[in-house]
Amino acid sequence: MAEEILTRIKDKFSKKALKVFEKSPRRIYIDFDSKDIPEVVTFLFRDLGGRLATASGIDTRKNIEILYHFSFDSSGTIISLRTLIDRENPEIESITPLIKGAEWIEREIHELLGVNFRNHPNLKRLLLSEDWPEGKYPLRRE
Amino acid sequence: MAKTIIPVGPYHPLQEEPEFFKLLVEGEKVLELEIELGYNHRGIEKIAESKSYDQVIFLVERVCGICSTSHPIASVNALEDLADIKAPERALYIRSIIGELERLHSHLLWLGLAGHFIGYNTVWMWAWRYREPVLDIFERVTGNRQHYAMMKVGGVRRDIESDDIPEIWKMVDGLLPVIDMFKGAVIDDPVIHARLKGVGILTKEDVFEYGALGPTARASGVAIDVRKDDPYAAYPLVDWQVITQEEGDVFAKAVVRILEMYESIKIIKGCLDKLKAVGGEIDAKVKEIPPGEGIGHHEAPRGEVFHYVRSDGSNRPVRYKIRAPSYMNVPTNQKSVVGGTVSDATITLAAVDPCYCCTERVAVVDRKTGKKGLTGQDLIKLSQEKTLRIKRHIGMMKE
Repeated sequence: MAEEILTRIKDKFSKKALKVFEKSPRRIYIDFDSKDIPEVVTFLFRDLGGRLATASGIDTRKNIEILYHFSFDSSGTIISLRTLIDRENPEIESITPLIKGAEWIEREIHELLGVNFRNHPNLKRLLLSEDWPEGKYPLRRE
Repeated sequence: MAKTIIPVGPYHPLQEEPEFFKLLVEGEKVLELEIELGYNHRGIEKIAESKSYDQVIFLVERVCGICSTSHPIASVNALEDLADIKAPERALYIRSIIGELERLHSHLLWLGLAGHFIGYNTVWMWAWRYREPVLDIFERVTGNRQHYAMMKVGGVRRDIESDDIPEIWKMVDGLLPVIDMFKGAVIDDPVIHARLKGVGILTKEDVFEYGALGPTARASGVAIDVRKDDPYAAYPLVDWQVITQEEGDVFAKAVVRILEMYESIKIIKGCLDKLKAVGGEIDAKVKEIPPGEGIGHHEAPRGEVFHYVRSDGSNRPVRYKIRAPSYMNVPTNQKSVVGGTVSDATITLAAVDPCYCCTERVAVVDRKTGKKGLTGQDLIKLSQEKTLRIKRHIGMMKE
């Protein structure tokens, strides 16, 4: 089951998948260019029936890395899409128009790491207080 | 008719996760729902970056006061995935026993609150009274009623002693007639049928779009449960079932939680039986966490808890990501509350069992004049009065 899902992703994105890392049979990480993320997310969510468990952002000091964790519950597999974006001008297309459940996740990454999600319908603060200074991002490594 | 905003929140000391719901209403009908949170943001992910892995387990135990062992279980799952560690078999049974005892007391807590919101204060008192023996067992086995500090990477911190086993057995046996009673009180009560059926419906499609989890998803016919889907601890080693209902309304959510308590007891008894036979170590004695990344999840009482951790080989994580189930479940209120009435809003908001569901600080404010009309007490009263009206309507109470 897990293999079948992975095969379908590999077939569909044979050119676009930059790297596939099988940490274990149920934990798979696939690297993509940030411009391909909406297309891949749509395929995983709509065609393969994946559930967006969450997304996590990391400041690696060189880039901002975003991981979209999709859970395929019928086989207990988690496929994480990894993409690197520019640290100076972190921008990526929002997936909230594709998945309603991504709204808060992107708002949180936006305020904690300063990532601009293009075309997000409501990109305001989620957790930080209103008087938190603009342009200060708690999870950035300065 | 003038539109009014009803602010629900933002604080209540009874529940530890404050949230703020703004209901835009027209008359009795809820038109829009806006959710604000962050009142209790403690920056735990950031703090985790400055703690050793051993300390991180204690730290994440403090994410939630109700399901306090859920985050440690997800955390050890994530770190064991990262470092490719297997805990000894005896430790797996102990993990599942603690996880299920927690589900029992958490579901009883919810049942009590739900009862209170719809005017069944006896259910409230009973549910919380019968929750006490579970906490007493926790105190006996772990030393604490909450925050049990049982989990560690590669095993558990303390054993369940052989003379504790009959005590736990006796306690869960004592709960069975109690759950029977609650089951009867909910499933056979025509007033509860009339009050909760068809209220606050969440469809399968909504579950999919919002990524809803746990009993919230299972009550809408979506059979997801991490314990079955991606087995860990002792869940694949004992016999039990995933409970689902099809309707997606508040009634279905209540039924799912009540029936799940039977399954928890099955799991606990199965694990206790195995504990008698399986001896040996309870700790794999892990020395260090290698560089890499790991994902662990656990089916908490409210749904999947998800942890992602990255290590650079030092004794502290580089990044620690936590996602609790309410984070995915609370936004579904935008579907289940909107279109309903104000008197159904309190129970529907509470039906996802958010870590914050109390509405005592509710006030209805007229947007133009800023004048307060209804308080939180009034709102709960509205909800309770609706139940009384139903009782009269079906002839269970005289005028």
